[in-house]
Amino acid sequence: MIVDVSTFVGPYPFRDLPGRSPDDLLRQMDRLHIDQAWVGHLGAPWHRDPRAANLALERLVAPHAPRLSAVPTVHPGLPGWEGDLAAAVAAGAPAVRTYPCQQGLDPAGPEMQALVLAAAEHRVPVVLTCRFEDGRQAHPLDVAPLLPAAALRHLARLSPEARLVITHGDRFLVEEVHFGLTSAEAATLLWEFSWIWGPPEDHLALLLETVGDRRFTFGTGMPLRIGDGAVAKLDLLEAPDDRVRRLTGANLAEWGK
Amino acid sequence: MLIDVHAHFYTLAAPRGDWQHVNATRLAVGRRIGITAHVASILGTWGARSPVYFPSRADVEHANDAMAALSRAHPGLVYGYCIVNPNDTDHALQEAERRLHGGMIGIKLAASRRANDPLLDPIAALAAGRGVPILHHVWQHRRRDWPGQEASDALELTELAGRHPRARFILAHLGGGGDWQHTLRVLGDVPNVWIDLSGSGLDTGMLEAALATVGPRRLVWGADVTLDTGWAKLRYLESLGLPAADIAAIRHGNAESIFPGGCFQ
Repeated sequence: MIVDVSTFVGPYPFRDLPGRSPDDLLRQMDRLHIDQAWVGHLGAPWHRDPRAANLALERLVAPHAPRLSAVPTVHPGLPGWEGDLAAAVAAGAPAVRTYPCQQGLDPAGPEMQALVLAAAEHRVPVVLTCRFEDGRQAHPLDVAPLLPAAALRHLARLSPEARLVITHGDRFLVEEVHFGLTSAEAATLLWEFSWIWGPPEDHLALLLETVGDRRFTFGTGMPLRIGDGAVAKLDLLEAPDDRVRRLTGANLAEWGK
Repeated sequence: MLIDVHAHFYTLAAPRGDWQHVNATRLAVGRRIGITAHVASILGTWGARSPVYFPSRADVEHANDAMAALSRAHPGLVYGYCIVNPNDTDHALQEAERRLHGGMIGIKLAASRRANDPLLDPIAALAAGRGVPILHHVWQHRRRDWPGQEASDALELTELAGRHPRARFILAHLGGGGDWQHTLRVLGDVPNVWIDLSGSGLDTGMLEAALATVGPRRLVWGADVTLDTGWAKLRYLESLGLPAADIAAIRHGNAESIFPGGCFQ
C-alpha cells in the first residue's frame, strides 16, 4: 500500500499549473502505482480564510474516496478555528494542513502551539509544508520564508501526543530538527522525503541510516512537481522490501495509531 | 543509449572527504539507469583554493588534468569538458586548444563572466572552429546578481549565440533553478542553442513546455548534481507517449549531433 501524503488539487496562485484536478491526480497515481493520497487545496495557503477552499476540496475529493482523502486547512489565527478542526475530524480527515509562513503567523507562536496541541487531543496529524517551489524561481510576490527548523523543534516538544508530518523539507532541515530533539520528541515527526536528494549525493540514504527509516514517509508534491521524483528516489535506494514498505505507508500507519 | 551531457566529478582537492565515494556512486548509479556516456566537468577545486565559479589558473589546470585522467580511466564512458576562466583570456584559449587536442569534447563555461560579454567571443569562435559545443551555466531568469557567480540567463546566452551562429551552445540545467518559463520564452527561435534538462527541479509542466517550445530535437538529457532527478525526468518523458525517435533523440541522438562526430562510438 503506497500512500502519498503530499498532493494537491485546485489553483496555484503563482503559475498556471497543469494536472491539478482529481482526475489528473488519479491518472498520475495509476501510472506510478500509488494507492492512496492525502490531498490538500493548493489555493488555501494564500486565502485569508480557508473555509471556502476546504468546501471546494471536499467537493472535488469526496467522489474519489477512499483513494483520495481531503486534508482541510486550518488557520489557527482566525476566530473559531477550533470548529474547523473539529469539522475536519468529524469528516474523517486523516490530517489537517496549516501554513504559518503563508498565513502570516509565527510558526512557533501561540496560535500554532494551540493548533498542534488541539490536533494532538483529537489524535489527528498536522501537515506542515516547508516550501512549494524552489526559492530561486519564486514569484516576486511569493515572499513567505521557509519553515524554520527552530519552530519545528519547538512544536515537536509541545506534547508526546503531537503528530506533525513535515513535507518538502531537505536533508539539512531534517538533521537540524531531528538531532535537536530527544528520541521521544523526534517520534512526533514524520518526514516526507520528496525534496531530499538521492544519488550520488545520497542525502536520503544517509538520513535513513542516521535518523532511521521509521521517521520517513512517501510523498510526491503533485501537481507542483512530477511524481516521478519521489518514485525515482525509491528506485535508486535499492532498499530491501521491508524498508520500502515502511517508507511507502507502513511508517505512516504505525505512527498514526 | 543514454548520454548525460551535464555531469560533474570531484577530486582530492575538493573540500569534501567523500569525493571518491560520490564519483564512484555517480558511475554505479549511472550503470543502473543506463547511462552510456557521462560528459563531465570538474569546477576547479570546488572552492577549496579559488571560488567554484571563478577558478584560478592553477585550479583550471588541476580540474582539467583530473577530468582527463578520469576519461582515460573510463574510456568510452566518461568524456570531458574543458573548463576555462574567460577573464584569463590567453590562458583560457591555450587551455581549450590543449585539452581539445588531448581528447576533450566540449568547453564548459560556468559563471566567471557574463555570457554576452565580448570576452567570450574568442572562446565561442574557437569552439565553432573546432566543432565542439559550449555547455553554459545558466540561471533561468536572473533578476539580479547572485553571490559567488557572475551568472547569465537565456537572454544573455542568446546574444552570444547570435554572434556565433556556427557555434553550438547547450543552455545548462533548465531545472536547475530560476524561472524556466522565462528561458523558454527566449529560446523558441535560436537554432544553435540546445536545452539540457538537468537540475533538481521537477516542476510539473516544464518538460511539456520545453517540448512545445523548442521541440524534441533541441532537448538533451542530463542530470547535473542529482542523478535521481535526472532519472525522474527521463521516466516522466518516457510516459508522455512521444514517438520513439523523439525519445531516442533526447536520450542520445541530439547529443551525438552536437558533439564531434563519432566521439561516442
